[in-house]
Amino acid sequence: MFPTPIQQRPRPLQLTYQGLLPFALALWLAPLIAVAVFSIKPDSDFTTGNYWGWPTTFEGFTNYGRVFFDSDMPRYMLNSVLITVPTVIGAVALSAMTGFALGIYRFRSNLWVFFMFVAGNFVPFQILMVPVRELTLDMGLYNTKTGLVLFHIAFQTGFCTLFMRNFIRALPFALIEAARVEGVAEWRIFWFVVMPLMKPAVAALSVLIFTFIWNDYFWAVVLTQGVESQPVTAGITSFNAQFRAAYHLMSAGSIVAALPPVVMFFLMQKHFIAGLTLGATKG
Amino acid sequence: MVDVTLSQVAATDTRSWFRRNQIAITPWLFLAPGLLFFLFYVIFPIFQSFNISLYEWDGLGQPEYIGLRNYEDLYWEFADRDAFFVSLTNNVLWLFLYLLAIPAGLFIALFLNQTVTGIRLYKSLFFFPFVISQVVVGLVFTWFYDPTFGLLNTMIGWVGLGPINVLGDERFVTYGIIAAGLWPQTAYCMILYLTGLNAVDPEQIEAGRLDGARGWRMLWYIIVPQLAPATFIAFVVTIIGALRSFDFIAVMTQGGPFGSSRVLAFYMFEVALSEYGFRMGYGAAIAVVLFLIMLCFIAYFLWSMYRDEKAGR
Repeated sequence: MFPTPIQQRPRPLQLTYQGLLPFALALWLAPLIAVAVFSIKPDSDFTTGNYWGWPTTFEGFTNYGRVFFDSDMPRYMLNSVLITVPTVIGAVALSAMTGFALGIYRFRSNLWVFFMFVAGNFVPFQILMVPVRELTLDMGLYNTKTGLVLFHIAFQTGFCTLFMRNFIRALPFALIEAARVEGVAEWRIFWFVVMPLMKPAVAALSVLIFTFIWNDYFWAVVLTQGVESQPVTAGITSFNAQFRAAYHLMSAGSIVAALPPVVMFFLMQKHFIAGLTLGATKG
Repeated sequence: MVDVTLSQVAATDTRSWFRRNQIAITPWLFLAPGLLFFLFYVIFPIFQSFNISLYEWDGLGQPEYIGLRNYEDLYWEFADRDAFFVSLTNNVLWLFLYLLAIPAGLFIALFLNQTVTGIRLYKSLFFFPFVISQVVVGLVFTWFYDPTFGLLNTMIGWVGLGPINVLGDERFVTYGIIAAGLWPQTAYCMILYLTGLNAVDPEQIEAGRLDGARGWRMLWYIIVPQLAPATFIAFVVTIIGALRSFDFIAVMTQGGPFGSSRVLAFYMFEVALSEYGFRMGYGAAIAVVLFLIMLCFIAYFLWSMYRDEKAGR
């Protein structure tokens, strides 16, 4: 292990390390801690200039209550859910199939199709912006959640295909050959042999895509406007306009908007990290 | 066993056309939905953008073909050190400074790569910023930088330095936004390196120790080479992230003050979709420039992947 395990070091160094950890963490998360403290402060603290002191009274319930009952926040949150969940399902379903096709079969254009998915996944959003916006307008889906979902599914299929294909490549190929010898139809191999083995990949991709889509801002402002279809990332700007300079409410709103991916991350941490670090080690 | 295979061979002719060609057709059936979707929404629009960039178009009326005039205009903006020049130089700045996330991530990973109690929680909490949306990170840093009450100015106030309006000063604004961007990006690189460090071969470390390699030398000659796959991914993700920087700028400064924090991604959006008028053709031309920059990196990534694929067989 590198660096040398701290347990093999002198005692004073061990204690220093143990003491340094929480300090470093507090420093690293300082901006977030500040926002969390802001969000439970009363309005009066800001007018009296008590920005960084202890909250004079605990107003967490009032502040968060106003976010939930006094603004469009719940609506935006609901929109985000209705955009994110179908995208996750769609992208994972499509890429399980493309990943299967590219991971199992050998045909001449295999690598080129695969590289097309990978390359497409890396392009800057701006090169797609004008045509995709036009396309969405032409289909009558501008400013609808459906329009956003369709685009997200298509775009995320690139990354998901990369992920699924590499995952399927690592499965023991002998299994598939054995099934073929038994005369199992190819689509049954997909459904009954490969899919059950893909559960970890599906879980990892689901949390990743959930986070990516929940946090998307660019396409939200390009393809939607207004409270009936905008997700929370775009909604937070209107929220902040509504509560201009009310820092306690803006903080509470930001925390609410950021929370779902955070919860997702802590619940599915193992899968999340496995997904993000796929390929970070070889062999 | 032999009987079975022989009877199967004999049966081939009686199977339907689909059955006989199943292995050749199936991959395309599986590819079809994803591939069509992807072509429709991602690949074709790239070419459409190239085409639109040759037109003058407000997004509503009839597009007017103007050849390369949009690019000519961009050239003059560049030569006059106007908005396009500012965006491009800021993009270069982003590219280089964003790469700092890689060594910073490695440093934190080394710091956290221990097995003391509670270290798992520390690792997740250090990773935390990456999970939060960039919009919220941008907002948080806007308050962090605020000249009247921001934490940054409160802290430098303790050592007796005057307030700095980071986001309102043309000299600092881009650096300020990049610093905000580095926060989640460093967290990501950290998690990549933590995974990489887990897989480092302990025997090589022991061998290195026996040969008297310690500290920096050990890190540089024995650990870092073994982290190469993690470094590659960190590099890819960081470059892409740097060129995609849009959210932070849109949320923190809207490109200001006086357009000094624009990058190509934001400038394109501004030109095509904001109150400055819907100049779709001109926006597409900027997008094409950004795309071509990205294409150099994409080509390099694909080439590396191609090499690995070939080596892997």
